[in-house]
Amino acid sequence: MSSKAPSSNSVAHARRIVQQLKVEAGFERIKVSKASADLMTYCTENARNDPLLMGIQASENPFKDKKPCTIL
Amino acid sequence: MAAEKAEMDALKKECDALRTQIEAARKAANDGSMSAAAGGVASVGRVQLKLRKNLKGHLAKIYAMHWSADSRSMVSASQDGKLLVWDTFTGNKLVAVPLKSAWVMSVDFAPSGNLVASGGLDNICTVYNIKAASPKTLRELDAHTGYLSCCRFLSDSEILTASGDTTCCLWDLETGKQKIIFTNHIGDCMSLALSPDMNYFISGACDSLAKLWDVREGACKQTFSGHTSDINAIAFFPSGNAVITGSDDCSCKMYDLRADQEVLDYTDSSLNAGVTSLALSNSGRLIFAGYDDFNCHIWDSLKGEKVGVLSGHDNRVSCTGVPEDGMGVCTGSWDSFLKLWN
Repeated sequence: MSSKAPSSNSVAHARRIVQQLKVEAGFERIKVSKASADLMTYCTENARNDPLLMGIQASENPFKDKKPCTIL
Repeated sequence: MAAEKAEMDALKKECDALRTQIEAARKAANDGSMSAAAGGVASVGRVQLKLRKNLKGHLAKIYAMHWSADSRSMVSASQDGKLLVWDTFTGNKLVAVPLKSAWVMSVDFAPSGNLVASGGLDNICTVYNIKAASPKTLRELDAHTGYLSCCRFLSDSEILTASGDTTCCLWDLETGKQKIIFTNHIGDCMSLALSPDMNYFISGACDSLAKLWDVREGACKQTFSGHTSDINAIAFFPSGNAVITGSDDCSCKMYDLRADQEVLDYTDSSLNAGVTSLALSNSGRLIFAGYDDFNCHIWDSLKGEKVGVLSGHDNRVSCTGVPEDGMGVCTGSWDSFLKLWN
């Protein structure tokens, strides 16, 4: 194997890294303040559809073992 | 030789300039902290969930679990060489799938409920039809040159895999062949998560980076750094605009995709154990993170505070999952048990 092969692999590899960084550098970012606001809005708007947050009534709980009722 | 060295030097310079440019752009977008903004949101208080079921059946460490889309069935994988499909309402075992290789690391349930997939140190992702009279091997997806760390169905005809060979792959289940290979990580890929709209997926790897990929294009769109060790767990925030990662560096992080940066860090000085797994509640407000310290700690995703803990396992919590209806959380452990909490 000629000594050229390893270095041309490195050059190709370096070219791919630069290409990928160009893609990532071109990304249009929004401000963190807007991103945070949107995440908070999502959480508050969907809170009522979150059983783990709101709590689950015993009668509606699918995982709770239903104890038989004893009629005295 | 000299020409190549000159080109390498030029490329390295270009690389450094681009990295500086990206950091500057991220800084410019960073006009306020997430946790400060969340100061105005009401606290969730102490989150106290009760243990509802303790599922016994596996004879060795549990490595992975996944809920069915019906929010009732669930599949778990153990290094006792079996997949077990459970009816979580009754605690009954519905199906047992014997594995060719006991060294399983990942399991997934297809959205249809017809198929499950698993894989591990055998480097193969095996897909089983569990609706047949007895579980039938449908496909053996064999092309990765490293362990299978994670598999996620898009449908009954496509599946994504992440591997210790540093690549992720989209497979066609009709042909059993690779459709797209996603290369860019420089460390073992440990986990992946599909975006809610299924157009993107995010991967976490041992190079401590999380990468966002376009499922159809095959391209890496964004790279998120910040962790200082392997990323073992990754999940999308339900809106699709953020991802949460869990790492061996004992922290979880939230990265916002549109701001292209880390917006919150979930660390506690008393927590010195690696994060193995994580799952979010339906609104995205609660993060359930499994740790090597035998517990699943609960975080307020907006405020970055610890708000609860699920204690009871006698060994590392290796997997965590919340079903689609959000009615509970399941933890699986090296202690061989699965626990259901709500």
